[in-house]
Amino acid sequence: MLVQQIVNAISLGGVYALLALGLAIVFSIVGLINFAHGELMTIAGYCLLGALLMGVPLAVAVVVAVASAAIAAVLMEQIAFKPMRGASVTSLLITSFAVSSLLKVLFQNGISARPQPIAMPSWMTGAFQFGHVSIGVGPLLSIAGSALALIALELFLRRTVMGTAMRAAAEDFNVVRLMGIPAGRIIATAFLLSGLLAGLASLLWIAQRASVDPLMGFTPVLKAFIATVVGGLGSLPGAVVGGLLLGVIEVALQSALPPDVAPYRDAIVLSGVILVLLFRPDGVIPAARAQRS
Amino acid sequence: MLSVRSLQVRYGEVEAVRCVDLTVGRGEIVALVGANGAGKSTTLAAISGLVRPAGGSVTFQGEDVTGLAPELIARRGVALTPEGRRVFASLTTAENLMLGGAVHLGRAALKEREAEMLDLFPILRRYHRIKAGNLSGGEQQMLAIARSLMSKPKLLLLDEPSLGLAPQIIDKVFDLIADLRRSGLTILLVEQNVALALEIADSAVVIANGNVALSGSAAELATSDLVRQAYLGI
Ligand SMILES: Nc1ncnc2c1ncn2[C@@H]1O[C@H](COP(=O)(O)OP(=O)(O)OP(=O)(O)O)[C@@H](O)[C@H]1O
Ligand SMILES: [Mg+2]
Repeated sequence: MLVQQIVNAISLGGVYALLALGLAIVFSIVGLINFAHGELMTIAGYCLLGALLMGVPLAVAVVVAVASAAIAAVLMEQIAFKPMRGASVTSLLITSFAVSSLLKVLFQNGISARPQPIAMPSWMTGAFQFGHVSIGVGPLLSIAGSALALIALELFLRRTVMGTAMRAAAEDFNVVRLMGIPAGRIIATAFLLSGLLAGLASLLWIAQRASVDPLMGFTPVLKAFIATVVGGLGSLPGAVVGGLLLGVIEVALQSALPPDVAPYRDAIVLSGVILVLLFRPDGVIPAARAQRS
Repeated sequence: MLSVRSLQVRYGEVEAVRCVDLTVGRGEIVALVGANGAGKSTTLAAISGLVRPAGGSVTFQGEDVTGLAPELIARRGVALTPEGRRVFASLTTAENLMLGGAVHLGRAALKEREAEMLDLFPILRRYHRIKAGNLSGGEQQMLAIARSLMSKPKLLLLDEPSLGLAPQIIDKVFDLIADLRRSGLTILLVEQNVALALEIADSAVVIANGNVALSGSAAELATSDLVRQAYLGI
């Protein structure tokens, strides 16, 4: 029972961590909290559904879904945010709200406001038996997926020129431009990465819920947003820690709270967040940022 | 090599640079001096593309580069070592250097250039894998200059390389600037320490309130009464 809960907690926290990372990468470079991040999840979900309905094998559909979220993220930047470059943070925020609302309406009217079921292969809903402990394949898959994504991202940021330039740009974008590294390419890569992470998170989310709906991105991205704030806005390690923390706390409260207090779970979590921020206003692992002149 | 004509830069209501003219010939060191807030850094920012001039022109190697994006101006061979060093604190010394040359040089040339920089700045060798934020002020200044040189620039814009450094370190930095010129580099040097700047420069431009107050050969300016009173305190 306990092992199972731990697995569930890490698997949920892993998804939050992927989403929080996507938000944090974009924020660290552009200074924008992308409220349309949840819609990237939704796009990945519908593309997965569409690909499966067309009879594409699951493995290919998964690639299509993740790629679609990544492409959507880059397009979002090119179409909505790029023309706003140099605008105030508030204008960018409002733009991202607008993009988010627009996409939601498109999904609701263009596809359906109702959840669409996605048939998960039967092996994914099974469970491993370890003695008398049974652990779901879904959560384990989710943990493995999140862990691989984290490792891949870390390698990208540490080992490649573009990754290094992105870490530098999070500190001081203008100086990176002075080195001749094109600003546009760094921003596009940030959105591409956030889209890839959102696409993967979407798959892991769907794998345990077996349906897609126009608002599916809202709740997880709200949690991810909280995770980035708790972890330290713009800090990548902070986003991961914040995401995992939130997953663990949620699962712990879910199983520990008596049924009549359960509806207040989110209120309790948020109170905890406020408490953390009272003591560490810059988050658990604050972002390293030099002067941004 | 560089020619700035009637340059004008505004930050909203603030007219930071009203009318600045200056010329830097190939292989020269030109010093740009003036009081705090005179518009020196802003002039460099306009040359390097970080701010878009409100008027006037910047010509580099006979081509008009006014208002181009900083990455494009950098690719033409202009490198700015900004005021306050601005090394990437969370990156290692090696990573800072690598980014300086990343888009200008291929993989092999990058390694070669890095080795050259480490020969030029031997202290950096020790800190190769250390985060730049942990280096001392003088070491960070060396790193900032080395990072700019990684791209093999034709023109180096140096903004207050002596800022916040101990006198012995300042001497080292200025020796180095003299060495760089001997190796053929063209330098536009912004400096608060006017005496030192005039010692090393071929010519100098004094700006006050965004206008050129005085310009001429360094030797001339060093003996001019205005400069002696206002900047050298003699
Ligand atoms: N980003 C900015 N926004 C608004 N005003 C600015 C900005 N940067 C500089 N200024 C103003 O422009 C004027 C010139 O500034 P600049 O930094 O070019 O001076 P400086 O000669 O380099 O001075 P210092 O010797 O102190 O470095 C100053 O009045 C300054 O307050
Ligand atoms: Mg200055």
